[in-house]
Parts: sequence; C-alpha cells; structure tokens
Amino acid sequence: MTDASGIRATAHLSPLLDRHEALGAKLIEFGGWLMPLQYGGILEEHRAVRERAGLFDLSHMGELFVEGEEAAAGLGYALVTDPAALAVGRAHYSMICAPDGGILDDLIVYRLAEQRFLVVANAANAGRVSDKLAERLRGFRAILDDRSLATALVAVQGPRAVEILGPLTEVALDALRYYAVAEGRVAGIPALVARTGYTGEDGFELFVDWERAAAVWDAVLAAGRSVGLVPVGLGARDTLRLEAGMPLYGNELDEATTPFDAGLGRVVKLTRAGDFIGRAALEKVARDGPAKRLVGLTMRGRGIARHGYPVGRGGRPTGAVTSGTQSPTLAVAIAMAYVAPADGEAGTMLEVGIRDQHVPAEVVPLPFYRRPR
Amino acid sequence: MAPPDLRYTKEHEWVRPAGETATVGITDYAAKQLGDIVFVELPEAGRQLSQFAAVGVVESVKAVSDLFAPIGGEVVEVNGELATRPELVNEDPYGAGWMLRLRLTDAAQLDELLAADDYDELTREG
Repeated sequence: MTDASGIRATAHLSPLLDRHEALGAKLIEFGGWLMPLQYGGILEEHRAVRERAGLFDLSHMGELFVEGEEAAAGLGYALVTDPAALAVGRAHYSMICAPDGGILDDLIVYRLAEQRFLVVANAANAGRVSDKLAERLRGFRAILDDRSLATALVAVQGPRAVEILGPLTEVALDALRYYAVAEGRVAGIPALVARTGYTGEDGFELFVDWERAAAVWDAVLAAGRSVGLVPVGLGARDTLRLEAGMPLYGNELDEATTPFDAGLGRVVKLTRAGDFIGRAALEKVARDGPAKRLVGLTMRGRGIARHGYPVGRGGRPTGAVTSGTQSPTLAVAIAMAYVAPADGEAGTMLEVGIRDQHVPAEVVPLPFYRRPR
Repeated sequence: MAPPDLRYTKEHEWVRPAGETATVGITDYAAKQLGDIVFVELPEAGRQLSQFAAVGVVESVKAVSDLFAPIGGEVVEVNGELATRPELVNEDPYGAGWMLRLRLTDAAQLDELLAADDYDELTREG
C-alpha cells in the first residue's frame, strides 16, 4: 500500500528491490534508502530469527575500505578504537567521534589483511563518515575507497544460520569465531563472510558485489526454506536489536552523546599511545563521569514507552526514552532511556510519561534478551 | 471489502448499530496498515464519548494510532479480552476484535458516517 513512487525518485535503491517487491514487502525510506520494513509481519519475522533464521538485506549500510602502509595508524587516529591491535581476519565494534567526544557514528571495523580494513557505517551516516575518514586520513599513507554503492550486504541470522549457510560456502563456518571474517565464496560468488550481526543471535553477514547480490539472496533463501528461514525487514531488525540491548544511531547514539554516556566507554581505548580525534574530551568524561546514563527499562504498568517519552523518578524529571517496544520474545514492554546517573541503578523504580499517565517502569540490566548457548 | 451492514469513518473505525446501542472497532484496512497490534487502550465503561473525539489508542510494533469515537454515546462495555490478546484486532477486526459497545446519544449521527461502498472507495484511493 505504501506509495513508494515519490521516495523511489530520490532514495538509493537496493540491488534486491525487485526481490522485496516480489515477496510483497512493505517498503519505507530509511537513511536515504528505500528498504523493506516487513514482508509478512514484524512479530512473525522476529520470532523466525529467534527460533530458526532470517534473511536481511542490509545493502543500505556503508562499506568503506581503507588500505595502505599506514591504514591501521590512520584509522587509529580517526576512530576511538585501536585497529592496529586487531589480528587479520578479526573485527571489532568501534565509533567515530567529534573532537568534543560526541558520537558521529558507530561502526564495525574488519581487518581483512595486514594493510587492508573494511569499515561499515550506518546508512544515514555513511556519507559523513566517508568525508571524515578522508579528512582524518590526510598525512597517512592510506587510501580510502568508499564502495557503499558497489557493495551489497546480506545477513543470515538465527540459530539455524550455520546449517543454512554451510552447504553454500567453502568457508569453514565452525572455525569462524564471533567477530571474525573470511574471504570465500557463497553460492559460487566471491564474498566476505563475517560472523557479526545486530540481532542477538548467531549469524553471518555476507558482503558481495552489488551485481551479484540477487544471486546470493536467492541461493540463501532457497537453502533456508526447508528449515523455516524467512526474509526479515527493518521493523523486526529494530525489535531484535532492542531486545539484545544494542544501540541504534539516532536513538541511543548521536552527536550530543559520548560513548561513556551510552555505557560503551570500554570501546574507547584511552590506554594506547598516540592521539586520536576526541581523545582529550573523552579522557575528561572518563575522569569526571558521564552526565547521563543509558538504562534498560521494563514497564511495570500498562503502556508502551516510545522514543521521546519523558522519564521521571518520584515526579522529578530524570530523562527520556530513546527506544521502546512490546518485546515479542519476553511479552513485556521494554525500553532504553537516558536518565541521570544516580537514577540508573538496576531495581530503581521510575515512571514513563505515556500520554496523560505516569506508568511505572523498573531499571533492569541490559541486554533484555541473551540467546541460549 | 468492508462488510456492507456497517458504517465507517474516514479514520478507519466501524460501527455496527443495533437499536439503541452500537458496537465499534477498527477496520481490516486499518489493522493491516498498522501491522501487528500489540497494545489497545480503551475508555472505561460509563464514560460519555462525543462523536469523533479521540478516546483510545491502538499500538502496533512500530506505530501509535489514536482511536476516535465514530459516534457519540456512553460506553456500556469494552472488549477486555484485548488487554491480553490485542492480536484479535488483526485476526478478526469485525468480530472478536471489537473494541467498544456504546449506548447512542443520537442515532442520527450515523448519517455522518460512510457506507461500505464509500469506505471501500476511500481505501482504494488511500
């Protein structure tokens, strides 16, 4: 029913758009891209990923390749992490910050070779990250190759992911650890196979050439049908990541937020030698403590907390909800919120302003959901 | 296709009149547009509703949507089942997914509502 014709004229189009339309997807604009929100229904897709497997088109993500003698050093200056410490074939979660410590984007950095890295950025920020990297890599012997519009990304997530992908690739999936990456083939097509994801489940992300994406999508979908794999849109991607306590840029993370505010101070490598952009500001936050604290909330009264709803403690304002939904797995309403540091201890009872009511909510440890191992 | 015996609003509520009372819900079209409904907030029994006033909330996984009273009246019954099984609105919007039963203030207000044909026309364009 979505009238996508207006968006279609201005948005980037996934190489898998015709597949989504054939599957009856409802499409939305997200981060400048026309992408599937849902195919069947969000709840059904969410449960499929938790119980079996889901197939995601993530071609909107930005893929930035950095190569050269000083690629590691240059990225170490540009980001808050230390990519030089990564072994070849490994990845880590990272962030790119402004000089004042505000988060410009959260990233995954993969070390593909001694002198070659892949930086994956959020769709809405990919252009900005690309520009900032280009600027910050000046003076380093490193080349930035923004292949966002030439690289498709397909993810297979869920407990049956290994079983589905295994027969399609010669990459030894059992030996591929969490946050590891290998070059190989999937359904005969060259791919980077990474054991990463954004769902809280085991799974893989497959980076492939734009032109070959449809063949990989079709092969995985066909291979997974018998075990109940379904295509999954951005709607369930959001509920899955929220249950897993993973931040979303634009909700939990933005330029007014430091990694320490978001409870992700461990990502910032302050003990390493050498400068990086944001270092001085982040050292100060680490020393003085953050001004706000990201917490998990479980609603203890009727109502669903949503992005922007006010949070109070005993009638005194303390913060705001960043993301909230009815958890399909836990069957309770859950949310993430920023509150004053003193109000963020697990077990604290807060209230969320939902329309004209103050609905009780309890601070709980994140994540809300942890997969059984 | 909307059931022919009901009346509709442009905001996608339906009314099934039965003498002095009427049953109210949201249409299949609305339920499909919202997607999986996970929360329904309804007014308490006894409350007096004005026609077209916002009286409740229907939430899907992604969206929050107001429920408007398609017709004025006193709430005589609410579908309590929806508190624990909001998915009934998706599964059976004109049956088990009903929301309110009202004692009508003025049956003439029904004339302000759309017939099924007109509602179908609206949702075809929409």
